[in-house]
Amino acid sequence: MSLLGDRQQLAYIAAQAADARVNVELETEGMTLNIGPQHPATHGTLRIIARLDGEQVLWADPSCGYMHRGYEKLTEVRSYPQVTSLVNRIDWLGSFANEVPFILAAEKLMGVEAPSRAQHIRTILFELSRIANVTLFLGDLGVQLGAVTPVFFAFRDREYVLNLIEGATGGRFHPNFDRIGGLKDDLPAGFIDETRNVMKKLRGFCDQIEDLLFGNEIFQSRTRGIGVIPKDVALQYGMSGANLRASGVDWDLRRDQKLPLAYDKVDFKVITHPDGDSFARCWVRLQEVRESTRIVDQLLETIPTGPIMAKVPKIIKVPEGEAWVSTENPLGEMGYYVVSQGDMGPFRVKIRSASFNNISITPWLLKGVYVPDIITILASLYFILGDIDR
Amino acid sequence: MNLASVLSADLPYWAQSLLRVLGGLVAVLLPAGTVVYLFLFKMMSFMQSRLGPMEAGPQGSMQLFAEVGKWLQKEDIYPARADKFIFKLAPLIVLASTFLLVVVVPFGPDALFTDFEAGVFYALAVSSVSVLGILIAGWASANKYSLLGGLRAAGQLIAYELPMVLAVVGVVIQAGTMNLQQIVVAQNADSMFGFSGLGNPYVITQFVGFIVFMIAVQAELTQTPFDMPIAESELVSGYMTEYSGFRFLIFFIGEFATAGVFSMIASVLFLGGWSVPFSWFGWTTIDSIDNWMNIVGPLILFTKMIIVVFFIMWVRFSYPRFREDQLQKFAWKVLIPVSLANIMVTAILKVAF
Repeated sequence: MSLLGDRQQLAYIAAQAADARVNVELETEGMTLNIGPQHPATHGTLRIIARLDGEQVLWADPSCGYMHRGYEKLTEVRSYPQVTSLVNRIDWLGSFANEVPFILAAEKLMGVEAPSRAQHIRTILFELSRIANVTLFLGDLGVQLGAVTPVFFAFRDREYVLNLIEGATGGRFHPNFDRIGGLKDDLPAGFIDETRNVMKKLRGFCDQIEDLLFGNEIFQSRTRGIGVIPKDVALQYGMSGANLRASGVDWDLRRDQKLPLAYDKVDFKVITHPDGDSFARCWVRLQEVRESTRIVDQLLETIPTGPIMAKVPKIIKVPEGEAWVSTENPLGEMGYYVVSQGDMGPFRVKIRSASFNNISITPWLLKGVYVPDIITILASLYFILGDIDR
Repeated sequence: MNLASVLSADLPYWAQSLLRVLGGLVAVLLPAGTVVYLFLFKMMSFMQSRLGPMEAGPQGSMQLFAEVGKWLQKEDIYPARADKFIFKLAPLIVLASTFLLVVVVPFGPDALFTDFEAGVFYALAVSSVSVLGILIAGWASANKYSLLGGLRAAGQLIAYELPMVLAVVGVVIQAGTMNLQQIVVAQNADSMFGFSGLGNPYVITQFVGFIVFMIAVQAELTQTPFDMPIAESELVSGYMTEYSGFRFLIFFIGEFATAGVFSMIASVLFLGGWSVPFSWFGWTTIDSIDNWMNIVGPLILFTKMIIVVFFIMWVRFSYPRFREDQLQKFAWKVLIPVSLANIMVTAILKVAF
């Protein structure tokens, strides 16, 4: 029997067991609610199978794979420069951030390092895509909880960031800008001043969202104490990124590992929150946008001159070997395990994307919550379907 | 005192009835259209830094007609497993409750549909008819999301019916009547501390009651933060999920027409209704009011309604929504005790003075 069949059978058994527990006292029946694959709360095609007793969830199980595009397999028939255009589409809200770890892994195998100007620009674009990603989260959070207005503010201010990314790379959503050994182009004229203005606007946006959502009593009562993930559970489920930091784990790959990116040249705080509930996860993300704008500001001050491309051959062949590089992406830890056999393209690529691990906690987390809290928890865990299914 | 005397003419019974039906349609559909265009289209867009509809008519003012045209053209779809008769009946019941509600609203000294002695009682009773429509819409759709939405709506509307009734009791005690027309007269003929320039709108003396009433209205209309029954991010569209085309349109009109009519009732109960303070023109009783007030009165009421709806919509566009248990707690643990205390204080003061 296929894996999905097994899962469904297990789900059926769990449903029967859950019903039996309810039926002991009351002559009631549970109800299985399929949240998704087509549902406004799952921003894509995630399916949550939830067994309900009234409005309470007895158990819930995420079922993913409805949007699987086979990028790991597709990389095997692409050359290294072509792969970036595929991995762009994994986390489609912060596309540039997907390219960086792959390129870094390839560079590690080839033994080249990008010049320091290229590293700086990479880091700037990396942080811009983090901002573009998380601003949309902050707006979408409102929609998930019933407030319609914040999402328009988010789209309005995200537009400025997308314009910057478009100005620098030529692509709004899918830049495909990172190259082995450096970048495709240098920054356009006026980029630095424009970016400074935009960062100021985004700090204003953060204040606005803090006023509109985070200070609201209803928002707080909907998120505080909902979906609490203790530190040890978060670590056991392999969560990463803001979800982990919101559980009080001080862990940030930008700071904790040495990569050829410019993070060691800037001063930034790693935001953590001790509570581990939905509010903490949202709050950590909000503060991280602020930190990101500070990082970008500092990088713009110290951007060095020089070439943006190291010396690499015209036809890229990566020597035999294996490399693992992971970075702190907007959604959490994203890593590529690249196996090369000395060809034009990789022999095998394993993509570790953050959302897949982050939503694996949902069966544990959704047990016993109410239906509206499912939405709160899913929104605060913040996944992107492309990042789950790849 | 009936609608015919507005026209100072003796009309036969059928003409009076026709006038009433037409007047009812105007009284329900005009507020609904105004609310949708002014608030749902334009104010919401302004708050969200966008333009809203701009193409149909000047400033998109004809957009609503375009939308209605679109809905009317749509195919009439009902789910295969739906209970067809009840499924089709549900939106009509919701809209009927709105029409029943507008019947007791006074628009002028003579411009009213019926002069009903127990008007407040009647209004609060028929407003809960819509619960029935929503509940059967949720059940008959044969959809799990609809069912959850319908049950949530039933629980919520029943819970918020109570604070609404209790909030109005304060007004009834103060006015000494349940007739909405006489409540309007009582507010405008009265004076505050000997100063009669403002009349005595109950929003000042019954401020607590007004706040409780408005919160309860917000919940009765299932507007954010009390839109758990519709909750588009979790229940897709709650009890309206399976409705499309003109049946959805009827729900939609019902929602916004009820917003308008409830705001009219709020204006009548708390803001002095159709009238201006009587001392402005030297009126003393309802019989001494000039006949032009029958034309100006509806406009004044309409203006007050727009102001009240503005606050409802302002909250709607800026707040996230309560969870089901939180809004029940809010009704039973906060609103009902507060409104009971309000009744007690009002009654004591009424006896004391």
